[in-house]
Parts: sequence; structure tokens; C-alpha cells
Amino acid sequence: METIQTDIAIIGAGGAGLRAAIAVAEADPSLKIALVSKVYPMRSHTCAAEGGAAGAIKAEDSLEHHFNDTVGGGDWLSDQDAVEYFVKEAPRELVQLEHWGCPWNREPDGSVAVRPFGGMDIKRTWFAADKSGFHILHTLYQTSLQYPSIKFYDEFFATDLLVDDGHCRGLTAIEMRSGRMHHFQARAVIVAGGGAGRMFPFNTNGSIKTGDGMALAYRAGVPLKDMEFVQYHPTGLPNTGILLTEGCRGEGGILVNANGRRYLQDYGLGPETPVGKLVLKTMELGPRDRLSQAFFHEQQKGNTVKTPWGDCVYLDMRHLGEKLIDERLPFVRELATSYLGVDPVKEMVPVRPVVHYMMGGIHTDIRAATPIGGLFAAGECACVSINGANRLGSNSLTEILVFGKRAALSAIEHLQSATHTVNDAALTAQAQAAQDRIRTLFLRPVGKESISGMRREMMDTMELNAGIYRTGEGLADASTKLAELRRRYAEGVSLHDKTNVYNTDLLQALELGSMLDCAEALVASALARKESRGAHQRLDFTERDDANYLKHSLAYYHPSEPPRLDYSAVSITKSQPGVRNYSGNKK
Amino acid sequence: MTQRSIDLDVLRYNPETDSEPYWQRYSVPHHDEWVVLDALNHVKDNIDPTLNYRWSCHMAVCGSCGMMINGKPMLACKTFMRDFENLIRVEPLANFPIQRDLVTVMDDFVSKLARVKPYLIPKQDKPIEEGEYRQTPAELNRFKQYSMCINCMLCYSACPEYALIPKFIGPAAITLAHRYNLDSRDGGRDEREEVVASGEGVWECTFVGACSEACPKHVDPAGALQQAKIASTIDWFKEHLTSWLNK
Repeated sequence: METIQTDIAIIGAGGAGLRAAIAVAEADPSLKIALVSKVYPMRSHTCAAEGGAAGAIKAEDSLEHHFNDTVGGGDWLSDQDAVEYFVKEAPRELVQLEHWGCPWNREPDGSVAVRPFGGMDIKRTWFAADKSGFHILHTLYQTSLQYPSIKFYDEFFATDLLVDDGHCRGLTAIEMRSGRMHHFQARAVIVAGGGAGRMFPFNTNGSIKTGDGMALAYRAGVPLKDMEFVQYHPTGLPNTGILLTEGCRGEGGILVNANGRRYLQDYGLGPETPVGKLVLKTMELGPRDRLSQAFFHEQQKGNTVKTPWGDCVYLDMRHLGEKLIDERLPFVRELATSYLGVDPVKEMVPVRPVVHYMMGGIHTDIRAATPIGGLFAAGECACVSINGANRLGSNSLTEILVFGKRAALSAIEHLQSATHTVNDAALTAQAQAAQDRIRTLFLRPVGKESISGMRREMMDTMELNAGIYRTGEGLADASTKLAELRRRYAEGVSLHDKTNVYNTDLLQALELGSMLDCAEALVASALARKESRGAHQRLDFTERDDANYLKHSLAYYHPSEPPRLDYSAVSITKSQPGVRNYSGNKK
Repeated sequence: MTQRSIDLDVLRYNPETDSEPYWQRYSVPHHDEWVVLDALNHVKDNIDPTLNYRWSCHMAVCGSCGMMINGKPMLACKTFMRDFENLIRVEPLANFPIQRDLVTVMDDFVSKLARVKPYLIPKQDKPIEEGEYRQTPAELNRFKQYSMCINCMLCYSACPEYALIPKFIGPAAITLAHRYNLDSRDGGRDEREEVVASGEGVWECTFVGACSEACPKHVDPAGALQQAKIASTIDWFKEHLTSWLNK
């Protein structure tokens, strides 16, 4: 086993990981940074984000407005101290990205342009056409190349965090090109491993989003927080799950059902607004949870459109015109035309809700610190929580910047204060055990369980039981099924490929293990939350229940049993839980 | 109705067990809506778990799944099976060493990208507190197209010069250098010229234009290289003529 010594190891080189690496390199060039990622940084899924990043910068906007939209959007499950910090840091981070060259769209006077987004009462979403995440990722990656202290370990799959005496001291990772296990000795570790949407069959996520970062921290003893809150994006292409950005509606696109009715007005999002005239925070500019839930009810009523890929509604952008679509939504046009054969300039695009984002994740405090010393987390894999029960579109691209940097600064503070002695023997033994577990997989004879087969069973149960609307019965079924799958996985997963170089059979086996752990935490948390809040909707408990459930779920890992659940208080500073009002009549 | 099938020939290679690459044939369902990547995933999940390739986004933006498809560099996630009649042949991207199966070694591109300094070197420093640099939509449009490169490396595979002269910095990296040179906020062109205008840089390009033809994002690297050449030539004349005039 090769040993690598570093000061700070970062797992994941998407937006959060890169932002963290740059922050460390800028703060103290003498610190060694190991940026460990299972893919090359520019492949990270940040690249697929389209719409933009929120930050209050315009004269008519204020931090208070951004705060209130975010907290209400999150159905009051957001930690308000974290949201205050987030909205305050947001503009600075977006300007910083501008200074690094990000090609934000501009107003004629050269200032940065902003667009409307769902659930926001003022235009505050910075955008680079409809490839905002792509440009953010490449700007960060290209910027990171100027810092000699950042060492890239590309295509290294992290298998275990090494924790001794309550402190994280490094990790083990497999170098894909050689198959060799590496032991990273680090004084602090930041997990920025992204989301876990691939546990569902129909999703907007890249194949890499298998919850590995969440699972690493979870197995090391950090609880996963609020995992039951899964965001369905209302407008995915029905055949592939490819995302059509909320920017489509931000620019004026409308949603209609099979009868041509703008059905959102029937679900507390009305009254109907004039086509082509934007009214913020209502109708198509409501929050994602409400819009996806409205789809479900339309489907129940038989108002959806039958397509070969299932029930759909239409996203109509024809009235926007070719010029605007080509200037502001060119990627959307390209995607719909190529993958569905529908040109949004000329036709309505059939869409349906699609799993998009995990509000929950690794439990951290406002400093991005986990309960384990020296272990930090940021980005989609983490739950700070600014997103509460439902994230507003364009808050997550800002979140990776604000909390990526925050995790870096906290890690540096940790290095300055840490005085614990390191037990090298114990850590080496842990690294050896990690290697032995991989070796066991190689030695096990090929059995009847297939990785793709178990993955399919997991996906099917998640779709059936843990979707937009849930019941106690369905979640209990899912819980039983996942326990069975975890047992079969532990006992029976085997590799057809017993060689070392770029072995994706092994990679997929490990990713399936990550997803099963995350799925079980999700289902257990959802089963125990007997209320409906934000993106977690129970048909058997249809109301929000602040008396009993205004609290964060915490799922603690157990190797062979369902997780133990605990709860923690929500930080409420300025905004008492109230009614989420997305009716246009509110003012 | 029986499902129509099509043959998918894949170039396989495992450095641990094979002395040289070989072809393996799989029969896969032929769906009009499927892209070649879907066919590979079908093989991986149902026929042969030992097949290896890179992919992630399935929407032509992460740049992972570049490969030779019937001899041309393409993204597997954006190449539709309906465009093929009888046989699809898939190989790793040309001009790169094979790591395994369809996975190539990317080190050369990654190091070249870093060498051209593809980051903003500000003309004028500006504290964050003073807000954004002003940049008009017209100034943005000067470089925007060149910022769309997804680093898929299809252009390197298509480039006859890179095939002959591996030290050539190549289309994508030079294009990204040019992108920053054209940015109204940037003042780093002289630093980049050390690499871009060198013997390994733009002067290796013979303007075949294959890179722009292969580019799945219409970045037009060939156009960027020609602009960069002209700019370097103007530099040369400025430097030499001015020194001559000043004599």
C-alpha cells in the first residue's frame, strides 16, 4: 500500500471540493492539499447544473429577502443561523467567481445580469446562459491549476475514512489506473462527494452520483441528516430524465396539462398570471416541491398526457421566441431537440418530475464541521442545513461555493488548534482492514447475485415507495426490501472482473454499497417522520406537524441493522414557522 | 414483434492479460432513441460486467464518453443508434494510449491544459468589495464560444498534427488560452504566449480544420487557432518593425 502524507485531504473535486482546495491554497500556500476524486474534476456533476446561482446584489434586493425566501421555501426546516451566513456570503462568492473569469451573462451596462427563479420574490439568480454549473465548474478547475500546493489525485475512489479517538486522520482510496490502495495520512479531511440521486431509476443525475461521500461519513459514525427530503425537479425530459432548467420558467415558460390548462392555479399557486408577463413567486415560479406535487394530482385526475415514456405535462416556451431561447436557453433547445426530437421554439415539450437533489446529507454545523474532529463536509453531500425540507432552485450552486470555502477555513482552524497525538499503528491497521475488505471481494467466487440486478431492485423499491408521495405501508415495504438487499449485498456481492486496471465492476460494486446505505437512511427517516413537510409528503399524515416534527432527523449507521434514529433542534432566529403562500393574491 | 438487434463491436484491451487489443462482438437491442452509450450500458448490465468505459452525465456536458464510433471521434451519449444500419464499431479515442478497453490515458491533455495558464490573469486587480468587473455583452461574446469546451478531447483524436507530433499543445488547450486572451478582464496574454506561440503551439497547426468538425459543442478550435496565429504574427511584426524603426 502506498502512503501519501498531506495536510488536508478533500474527497470530491466538483464545485465544493475545488472551492475548498482553492480556499486552502490561498489562505496558506504552505499547506499540502490532496484533492481526491473518482473522476477528473471537469467530469463532476456540477457541470450539469443549468439555471444559475442565487445571491442578492441588485439595489432592489436585500439579504433579508433572500433569507425569507430560503427559509419559507424550506418549510421552516432550514437552520436560520446557517441561512443568515449563507445569504451574507453569497454575493461575495459570486463576485469572486466573476473575478476568476466566470462568463456570467451581463446587462448592457456591463453589470452582472440576474434572472427570476422559483420561490424567489426578487430576481437574484446569476446565470451563464443555461450552462451555469458547467461554467462554474470549469472556472474553478482552471483557476485551481495555478496553485502548486493542490495535488490532484484524479480517478481515485475513496473507500474508507480513517478515524481514531474521535478524530479523522485520513482515508484510503483505490487508484483506478493501477488498482492499488493508497493510504492518505491527513490532518483534516473535507468530504465533498455530491448527491445520491442514482438510487432512484428516473433522475437528472450523472452515473457518478452514488452517495459515496455520504456513505463514507455515515459508516465512520457521522449521522446523515434529513435524508427523507428528496427534491423532484418538475421538468425532466420523460425518456431520459435530462433536466430542463427552471430557467425555462424563469424566462417565461408555462406548464399546461392535457386540456391546455395552466393547472398550477388549481393547487394554491394561482391566480393565473398573464402569459409573457412574469409574476415572481407564484404559478410557474413557485417552488419545486409544490410543482412536482401538483403533477401527481393532475395524474390522479387523468389530466396528464400519455406518452410512450409515461404520463407528462407540457412545458410551453413557444411564446418566448427563437431569439430569446437561443440567447438564454440554447442548451435546453439542444437537449430537447436531440434527445426527444422536440424543438421548444416550435413545439410544447412533454416533461415530468424527476429526482434531482438530496436536501439531506452529512450532518454538519454552520462551520461545515461534522461531530468527528477534523472531518468536514460541503456541497450536496452535506446537510448544513440551509435547504430544509425543500431547496430553492439556484441556492445549491451558491451553497457549494459558500460552504466549500467555509469547510476549508474550518479545516485550517482545526490544524492550528489540533494537539492530539496520532496513533499511527491504529490507523495503519484500519487502512489494512480497508484493503482486506476489497481483497475479500476479489477472492469471493462469482455467485448468482448480479450488481446490476440488485441495483435495479433497489431503484424499483425507491421509485415505488419513496417518491413524491409516500405512505407508511410503502415505506415499511421499502425498509424490509432494503434490509434484504443489504444482507444479500454483504453476503453475496461478487466480481466478474478480477483484474486491477480500471475495474468498473469493482467500482460499481462499491457504488452500490454506498447507495444501499444512503437509501436505508432515507427510508428509515421518511418512515419515522409522520407529517408532510416540503418535499416529504405522506398520504397518511397530510399536514405539517410543528409540535412533533419541527426537528432534524439524524440517522446513525449500523453495519447489519436499520439505522438508529435521533433528532436535533432546528435553529430559529428571525422567522417563526408560518404558512407557505405562493398564491399571487398574497400581496 | 421481435426486437431488432444490431452488432456492437468493441475494441477490448486489458494490459494485465492481453498482449494487444482485440475485437469483441456483442448483440444489442436496436432502439431508435438509444445512444451508443445506452448500448454499452446494456452490455455492462446484462451481458459482460468486465467491459470498461467512462461516462457520467448522459447529456453531452461532462465530456467523459468520447470514443471512436465507426472510425470517428464522437460522444457516445450523443451518437444515436438510429444513425447506424448494421454494425457499430467502438474504439478508444485515437491518438491516446489505451489504459483499458475504451478508457484512454488523459495525462498528456491535463498537463498541457495547465501549461497554457487557462485562468484569468487580471489586467487590473480589483478588491472583491468593489464588486464585479464591468464587461459588456459584446465583450462577453468575443470569447464566450471558446469557453464552451468540455475537454472531451475529440479534437485531439481528430487532429492529424497531434497524431504526428505529440508535443503539439493541441486544439482544446490553445483554444482555452485564447479564450482568456480575448477576455476584457484579462492581461495575461504575454505569459501564455510563451507556450501558445512556441514551436509546440499554434505554429504546429496546419489548419486542416478536423478539430472544429469533430467538436460536439461547436467551439471551433480551428478558428481560435487561426486567430491566435494572426495575433502572434502581428506581435512579431510590431516587435521587429518597431525595433527597426527605432534604429
